[in-house]
Amino acid sequence: MNYGPLIFLAAFFALASSWFGVVLTPQLNVGQLQQTNTLNGALYPVARPGTAQQGLQVYRANGCAQCHSQQIGQSGTVFDVLLANAGTNRAALSEALQKVKPTLSAADADQLLSRIPVEVARFTRREEADAAVKTLSVGGAKAQFLVCPVGPDITRGWGKRRNVAEDYLFDSPTLLGSVRIGPDLANVGVRQPDINWHLRHLYAPKSEVKGSTMPSYPYLFEKRKAGRQPSSEALALTSELAAEKGWEIVPTPEGKALVAYLVSLRSDAPLFISPISLASAAPAEVGTNASAANASAATNAPASK
Amino acid sequence: MSATESPIPSSSVGSSPGCGAISSGIDSSSRLPLLILFGAGAFWLVVSSLLGLISSIKFHSPNFLAEPAWLTYGRVRPAFADSLLYGFCLQVALAAGLWLAARLGRTVIKPLPIIAGAKLLNIGVVLGVLGILSGDASGFDTLNFPRYAAAFIFGGYFLIGVPAVLMFHRRAVRTLYVSQWFLLAALFWFPWIYSTANLLVVAFPLRGVAQPIIAWWYAANFQFVWMGLVGLAITFYLVPKVTGRELVSQNLALFAFWTLILFGSWTGIPRSAPVPAYLPSISTVATVLTTLVFVSVALVIWKTVDGKIGLLWDSLSLRFVTVGLVCFLTAGLMNIADSVAAFGAITNFTWFTIAQTQLLSYGFFSMTLFGAMYFITPQIVGRELPFPKWAGVHFWMATLGILFGLAPLALGGIVQGRNLLNAEVAFVDVAKSTLMFLRVSTLGDVLILVGHGLLFVNLLVLGLRLVRITCQAFLAEAISEAQPAGVKS
Repeated sequence: MNYGPLIFLAAFFALASSWFGVVLTPQLNVGQLQQTNTLNGALYPVARPGTAQQGLQVYRANGCAQCHSQQIGQSGTVFDVLLANAGTNRAALSEALQKVKPTLSAADADQLLSRIPVEVARFTRREEADAAVKTLSVGGAKAQFLVCPVGPDITRGWGKRRNVAEDYLFDSPTLLGSVRIGPDLANVGVRQPDINWHLRHLYAPKSEVKGSTMPSYPYLFEKRKAGRQPSSEALALTSELAAEKGWEIVPTPEGKALVAYLVSLRSDAPLFISPISLASAAPAEVGTNASAANASAATNAPASK
Repeated sequence: MSATESPIPSSSVGSSPGCGAISSGIDSSSRLPLLILFGAGAFWLVVSSLLGLISSIKFHSPNFLAEPAWLTYGRVRPAFADSLLYGFCLQVALAAGLWLAARLGRTVIKPLPIIAGAKLLNIGVVLGVLGILSGDASGFDTLNFPRYAAAFIFGGYFLIGVPAVLMFHRRAVRTLYVSQWFLLAALFWFPWIYSTANLLVVAFPLRGVAQPIIAWWYAANFQFVWMGLVGLAITFYLVPKVTGRELVSQNLALFAFWTLILFGSWTGIPRSAPVPAYLPSISTVATVLTTLVFVSVALVIWKTVDGKIGLLWDSLSLRFVTVGLVCFLTAGLMNIADSVAAFGAITNFTWFTIAQTQLLSYGFFSMTLFGAMYFITPQIVGRELPFPKWAGVHFWMATLGILFGLAPLALGGIVQGRNLLNAEVAFVDVAKSTLMFLRVSTLGDVLILVGHGLLFVNLLVLGLRLVRITCQAFLAEAISEAQPAGVKS
């Protein structure tokens, strides 16, 4: 009997199964993702501004993803219990604190209480954190727990939480990168929002990061004769890198677009599927008042000069 | 089981005069198209290893050739990878596959569509490499050729693939040998994955992470499944053929076939990818199950030579194939280790994964193709290569090149990964910790380039000699025809 066609069909289905499983099915779920809401209620993600979108094309054309990934990982989540308000019954609170953290001596507990708002304990399970919050809520004291993703990427300050499919909704091509010859860039806009820093870094990486192994990108800049007034776009370079007198180094449109893209890179919004509590939003009354006070101080400062 | 035919008894080894009329017919019919594909493949090999050397120097001297935009690392590196994959691997694999199909099925190759296909294919690779260098790359590894280049490559593949299918259809030997199973599956699978990936990722991109998912799926299916199918087809043909022993268990070889297409095709999604969790999970399971492929392939070959590795070492072609096989098994082990959580956490995002994919596409597949080229070429031209000894030098250059080029990358990757996990180590120091390994790997790239140069010159001189002989024969014929005509009038 000729098994040929049967075997051919079997092989066909074996291979086709992966097409259905790894191409079609993901397209039917993650391919249909829509904008979602952050835990604060804002729409997420929002499309990048136009220059940043052009910058993504510069990023693609120059193969930046050959060395840089854009995917933060996290090894887990911990729950930090934050004591926001001591309430009125300090003694009871100190006792409760020692119950939550049996290793704590009474003196240490009092010392901790003197530094409110303060993170008093860290738990790996949510139920434990919940229980601790209940224990600490005595005599009007206010405690809450914060969701904190952890992992080497987050310790390095590369991001606040792991990346999820939603983060890349409006990026085409979606360049996740596969190697970290350079640092991860998923949140480089948060880490380094200074446009001029990025321009100087692209022009001469070692001038900004000592020992950097990144190549320089002189073709994203042009050297031109300075006018009577130096261009506002000219790079402020150190003396050994600066062009000779009467000349200046300015970024090309591609260079500017690339930097616009880089500073637009941030994926730290708290999402339902990748939750994170923002520390600043946590202590409700104290926090807002404090930051408001700081903000007014900051705006007032120049005026008083 | 219809696969019972073995390649040994039907035709004799080599281009000895004892060759049957049919196989010499197969050889002469395939001479021109195969030489074109081999020659162009060797040309791209040299181009690719030159680009590879440049990018390898840039690993540790980032400002080497930083100035012209088209020579920046982010362009040279994908140009290197894709010119190897499409210029050499795809092209020479097609040639070797055609020859195998003709030999095993006792049919002749129709040269015209193959030559046309080779032209389209090479136009595609030229456009692709220039496209990447000029900034048109798609940004996805193994899929970096811009869409206009991909269209040519697809067309070229179509022109070669359809005649290949027709050859299977009209084969004189009806029973199928295992190699033919592998080849037939590969023949159908490539256009499927290539069109899917190029349409959904490059030409009409889907939204968000659907793009990288499909790109990963394509890369695994091209570099592991497709290359595995073609490479093993060649291995399972050449080993019995040259050693004169029958392949021990065709059923075990077929088991490797089924496990490769069933499990191999689901691999490729990295563990840490920001995609729905079921994808990396399934992929990991599939990767672990590919152990079956490697174990069965190793068993088949081991039993065929009865544990006497020396048998494989006697013939130069088989030496290439053997090193290729060792690389296949090593790359497989690395991939399985990579997918297991404890080790994968270290090697994720490091040079280790780069070493692994290169071990597959260069160490395994290209080496196997070299073996096939050195075996097939003398047969189709009916003469030795101009510099037969260079082949041995090429072998050592390539083998040492793999050893010095890829082993340091893999080791450096582990060092890099351990440092990456330790947030106390500043990132600049992580990058610095790999520098020594990268410098050593440049040495490997130099050796590889030299080897490729030898192969290319060998084929070039052979081609020139054949052209001269053909011209002389043509002239002689024209003169001998002209003279009697002159006498008569």
